[in-house]
Amino acid sequence: MKRRSFNLGLVASVLCLTVPGCATPYDYTNYRAHPPRSILVLPPLNESTAIEGTYSYLSTVTEPLAEMGYYVFPVAVLDHFFKENGMPTAGEMHQAPLHKIREIVGADAVLYITLKQYGTKYQVLNSVTAVVAQGKLVDTQTGTVLWEGTVAAQESSGGSGNIIADLVTAAVEQIINKTADYAHKVARKANAQFRVKDHGLLYGPYSPKYGTQ
Amino acid sequence: MRVLQTASLLALAALLSSCASPTIYSWGHYEDLIYVTYGSPGKATPEMQVERLEEDFQKARSKNKPVPPGFHAHLGYLYYQLGKADQAKMEFETEKAVFPEAAVFMDRMLAGLAKK
Repeated sequence: MKRRSFNLGLVASVLCLTVPGCATPYDYTNYRAHPPRSILVLPPLNESTAIEGTYSYLSTVTEPLAEMGYYVFPVAVLDHFFKENGMPTAGEMHQAPLHKIREIVGADAVLYITLKQYGTKYQVLNSVTAVVAQGKLVDTQTGTVLWEGTVAAQESSGGSGNIIADLVTAAVEQIINKTADYAHKVARKANAQFRVKDHGLLYGPYSPKYGTQ
Repeated sequence: MRVLQTASLLALAALLSSCASPTIYSWGHYEDLIYVTYGSPGKATPEMQVERLEEDFQKARSKNKPVPPGFHAHLGYLYYQLGKADQAKMEFETEKAVFPEAAVFMDRMLAGLAKK
């Protein structure tokens, strides 16, 4: 079973094909003016057709941000906390006023994520699993947008040229992909792009690379 | 023989590349348990999660590596769900001691425990 995989790259760089002059790095002026120590990641809004997307993705986002040097609030505990306080859905959590989040949680910044794509599309002889997540990092004290960007990755499984073998394989792969929620794996790959130099996030205070960018 | 050589070269390469990018934290099952909690409710009982995370914590200690941000808070919350207030309190205080960024939220959780 062949699995071809490649990153879509930051959408910023994809846009470079059409928008002139966008090879320039992200403008980190606001980010540097309000460098956060701690980040609250809210359960993402989900515009994909995969209902499991929100929490499947939420369980992949702590590691990349913490390894970049940020304090990342315990995502599941905060999810419970918001639910117990009258905000049962990601949509409602995304509406919570920033000053309240600062007062109650003490987060320096909130990362709002929207899943544009999440999951596997099955075609007759192959399947494509794609994750496209848009992120916006906002300073809780001033409401300033510190960073905006998109992380994305996709994996596809292709055909072998043998149509009967392919049909069997396609059936088996559908089962494997379903049970293992393949998108969850692809999400981890997409999240590696939070680190992309000049386009991703800056390193935080717990990283040995803090302040080097 | 050749296969063996290739295999050992690959193993060496894997070893070297893992040395090249050391992680700050020892992650254990922290994120996997969050995934299972939501993905297959009922499979990850608080008891089972506590057991796993306590094992992860011991492993991290033996490697002399810190556990990630949120780990002790998450463990504390599980103890709270199990009605073990003393252990919950200890974990919330540990989170706050290791990561001062957590102080506001951990104080809120500790205040919640005190009210019970």
